[in-house]
Amino acid sequence: MTHRTERLLTVGALARVEGEGALHVSVRDGEVEDVRLRIYEPPRYFEALLRGRRYTEPPDLTSRICGICPVAYQMSACRAVEDACGVAVDGQLGKLRRLLYCGEWIESHTLHIYLLHAPDFLNLPDVLALARTDAALLQRGLRLKKAGNEIVEVLGGRAIHPVNVRVGGFHRLPTRDELDHLATVLVQARVDVEETLGWVAGFEFPSLTIRHEFLALTEPDRYAIESGTPTGAHVGPFDVAEFEQHVREHQVPHSTALHATLDGRPHLTGPLARWNLSGERLPAEVRALATEAGLGPRCDNPFRSILVRAVEVLWAVTEAQRIIEQYEPPSGPALPVPPRAGTGYGATEAPRGLLYHRYDVDEDGLVRHAVIVPPTAQNQTAIETDLRAFIQTRLHLDDAELTRQCERAIRTYDPCISCAAHFLTLAVDRG
Amino acid sequence: MTDVHAGRIVVIGVGNEYRHDDGVAAAVLAELSAGGLAADRLALCDGEPTRLMELWEGADLAVVVDAVRTGPGEPGRIHLLAADSDHVLADPPADEGRAGGTHSLGLGHGVALAAVLDRLPRELRIVAVEGADFSVGEGLSRAVAEAVPRAAAEVRRAVDEHRPEAGRGACAF
Repeated sequence: MTHRTERLLTVGALARVEGEGALHVSVRDGEVEDVRLRIYEPPRYFEALLRGRRYTEPPDLTSRICGICPVAYQMSACRAVEDACGVAVDGQLGKLRRLLYCGEWIESHTLHIYLLHAPDFLNLPDVLALARTDAALLQRGLRLKKAGNEIVEVLGGRAIHPVNVRVGGFHRLPTRDELDHLATVLVQARVDVEETLGWVAGFEFPSLTIRHEFLALTEPDRYAIESGTPTGAHVGPFDVAEFEQHVREHQVPHSTALHATLDGRPHLTGPLARWNLSGERLPAEVRALATEAGLGPRCDNPFRSILVRAVEVLWAVTEAQRIIEQYEPPSGPALPVPPRAGTGYGATEAPRGLLYHRYDVDEDGLVRHAVIVPPTAQNQTAIETDLRAFIQTRLHLDDAELTRQCERAIRTYDPCISCAAHFLTLAVDRG
Repeated sequence: MTDVHAGRIVVIGVGNEYRHDDGVAAAVLAELSAGGLAADRLALCDGEPTRLMELWEGADLAVVVDAVRTGPGEPGRIHLLAADSDHVLADPPADEGRAGGTHSLGLGHGVALAAVLDRLPRELRIVAVEGADFSVGEGLSRAVAEAVPRAAAEVRRAVDEHRPEAGRGACAF
């Protein structure tokens, strides 16, 4: 049966359904008794899907977990499989991976800054209102985001669901002409991101101080992204093979997603963790602009994470420029990675935080077991803890306003709905 | 680099083949790709508004295939919708983003945003297929799978109406 109309009117019914989430708040005698963020988590499904697959398949399969950060899944999967097979991809191939990852950071962070987060600071209902208020400003954001898309398209083969990444490297290397084009695009991106940072620095940030453990990858002499050592602010550094001993996942009744703690404490991964653990390793010019934008050496207010994201976009643009400028073609697009029975571990910094993969591979090169720990799942306990404090001081608000403010608070953590959550139905049980 | 220029035709599938019926667009694009289509580009997309805009920007005709959730609905039923510069849709419902999540603002937001930013294709048609099951997993429900050839035929009709002389090309995604 077919219906034809002349106008698009029922757009709200067009489905974008990659997850579901809800927030349940219980209040008794004026005290917040319980805060439960209910999240559905596709990675659990993919862990099962991967069993019995060839060891070369996890990068492509897991990239479909998330439409926003597929490169992160590809990078963590590659590192884990290569670790199992005893191969390290570095040199120019490693730098090309870093360039690809920079592209994803630029597009993901810029999307969040302009389309999702900025309207909250401007008292606008959504990005549509922002477009009507200042179209030129939004065009700048779209141009900046597109610069990231173009990097992903050149290195990843296509901007959406990239297909050019493989265990050992890439299927095809970029040409010099393609990289020169990116270099041209990045000149404007550099201007756009500095203006973005200045714009975001002018926002008013609500007060909220968090005291969680932070977890991020660190490297001795650079900002960690596609490699590094898991490092807790209190726990210190530990080998990625020990990740599951430190980051313990556990079931909670209200969510199909696993919650996680770092050595028994709620922890936060993502921009704030990276800034606090690795910010001093950013290039001096980036740190200087961050300081000028009002970002101190430590940031414990999640509302200011938009500022950190803008700084990270600035860094990603400059890092991409540097890699392209210094690029020398490697001898081939990929290193040989013959299968080997064993267990491999991989962790990289997705835009939203540390993304961990583990694969057990048998002698036939088949995946026997897969573990994927996405950043949003790790952050859930910390988000719930923060929301409890946040809501306690706002109980006088009616449900509609409380929902709006809770959504705003949760958006500061940039939860990846494709990876872990959709928003947000609020149920307040006021006793 | 988005290979879309004025006068071109793009067909965009929106969805996720790992969410059962949300994968209907991928199935339609696969059928179109196998059978040939006189479009300049076929692309699968998650529906994020800026990606939609980049895919259809400068196109003469964009046909978007998407799954739709209705309640109560009729799985497999096809809705044909159109928007152009003279018939821009009303604002999307305020809760569309909520239904779609904090990242995906939904196709409605994408169309509305493109209209405000003057980034709509000259002609936009939408082929929406009602789904039944949007949970995690592969495979379409029976009624939706049966609708795939009909949805593909609607895309072909839209393209043929726009470019009747072209016949079937060899566009793949």
